Amino acid sequence: MLKKDGVPSPEELQEVKPSFERLQEGPVVIVECMQEIPCDPCYYACPREAFRPFDDINQKPEIDYKKCNGCSICIAHCPGLAIFVLDYPYSENEGLLKIPYELKPLPEKEEEVTVLNRAGEEIGRGRVVHVLNTKKQDRTAIVSVAVPKDILMDARHIRLRRGTDEG
Amino acid sequence: MRQTDLAIIGAGPAGLAAALEASRAGARVILLERDDWLGGQLVKQTHQFFGSKNEFAGMRGVDIATHFSEQIEKDENIQVFTGATALGFYEDGVLTAACAGRMIKIKPRTLLVASGAMEKMIPFENNDLPGVYGAGAVQTLMNVYGVAPGKKVLMVGAGNIGLIVSYQLIQAGIEVEAIIEGASHVGGYWVHASKIRRMGVPILTNHTILKARGQEKVEGALITRIDENWQPVPGEEREVSVDTVCLAVGLSPLAELLWQAGCEMEFSPQLGGYVPIRDSNLETTEEGIYIAGDVAGIEEATSAILEGQLAGISAARKMDYRIEEEKVEEIKANLETLRAGPVGEHIRQGLANVER
Repeated sequence: MLKKDGVPSPEELQEVKPSFERLQEGPVVIVECMQEIPCDPCYYACPREAFRPFDDINQKPEIDYKKCNGCSICIAHCPGLAIFVLDYPYSENEGLLKIPYELKPLPEKEEEVTVLNRAGEEIGRGRVVHVLNTKKQDRTAIVSVAVPKDILMDARHIRLRRGTDEG
Repeated sequence: MRQTDLAIIGAGPAGLAAALEASRAGARVILLERDDWLGGQLVKQTHQFFGSKNEFAGMRGVDIATHFSEQIEKDENIQVFTGATALGFYEDGVLTAACAGRMIKIKPRTLLVASGAMEKMIPFENNDLPGVYGAGAVQTLMNVYGVAPGKKVLMVGAGNIGLIVSYQLIQAGIEVEAIIEGASHVGGYWVHASKIRRMGVPILTNHTILKARGQEKVEGALITRIDENWQPVPGEEREVSVDTVCLAVGLSPLAELLWQAGCEMEFSPQLGGYVPIRDSNLETTEEGIYIAGDVAGIEEATSAILEGQLAGISAARKMDYRIEEEKVEEIKANLETLRAGPVGEHIRQGLANVER
């Protein structure tokens, strides 16, 4: 439970998940922002207005999944690093996960990484497909990782394997 | 003796915003800062700010400090003294400060105290061992001087500061063993908690530190689960192997100058300690003395910026400089919006008792 230990419960997650039908259609955002806090940069980040305008900046973001095409611009604009993009049909066996990443060194393309869930537990391996780090992102890189489809909904962070015994 | 319209003590977010706002109205400002640089705590904030896009949300704190400093440097109405510690404000309206080994005296028409806050401490055995730090000190070492405070840290406190500093420690390549929190829930924003958790750092609510271990320096700590009355639960103690204990257990307003100046003070648990009684323009019970930022009540940087603007413009109006009344209303409305949500509830309660 988020309030208790920072890990959302399945019920809490239900609130922010795009539908399975939408996930199957292609890249889409998942905004894991489940607390009313005064914050609104996501609304301004989206060029397609997929975030509904805030009447009050304390509201939680509401997303129009029909407008979202998974472009990922919003990821680096969220001060809470709570926005991810999921591409479920990426390939036959893999889904693509895009995460905000602010650690050094950055992973490299084609690098194999350990995949972690929301509690920081290892749940598998992934392959870095792309690392985007433009000036506009202001030092929040976006790392795209191909992961087995069955862990896509749980995968939320990566750990580099270089320099470790496993690497 | 230096004469000026407005003297500001503290060049953090509140003091910087106030100086620019007062100057815009035409007032001459002297800005005193104890550190050798401007920005206060902003210079240590490497994360993007929350809040409204209109008020720097999405910008990193350190970049907001630079943004303000550049404007201040260009502003001919504002005279800056860094390395200047305010010492006292006396009955004859004279403010004294120690600066570069000398004492300077200033006679301002109005005064803004934006001195910020100091960290709270909690009692436990060996809390004076080297290796026990306040979170502010850890941030200063890491983010200002580029020095690692240790290799493995126990963070005490899961408010926003404890969560953010834990994240910064990991970014600096330092291990965070756990974040412990006495309360039954995470006090900071859940998004900050989540980003630490997915990196593998446990957050243990209902836990506290009993003692730090070590002779010359911290070599470990004994922590325990506590019940709802904050009493240790027998059999739930455990040792953690760390070389650093970082305390992020809250802040209290740095209000000594206001006491000395004779301002009426009130204890406010929601605002972090003794804070001055103020009116809706942030003027204290002493005419011409204003407050803004954490000294007025522990909050965060965005509200400090807005309070600074409000205090700066109000002081200018007091001295009959022409200001835009709509601007005053706009700042007040922005403050109200920022505090309107559930996370601002304790602030609203606290302010209800100290605003006259």
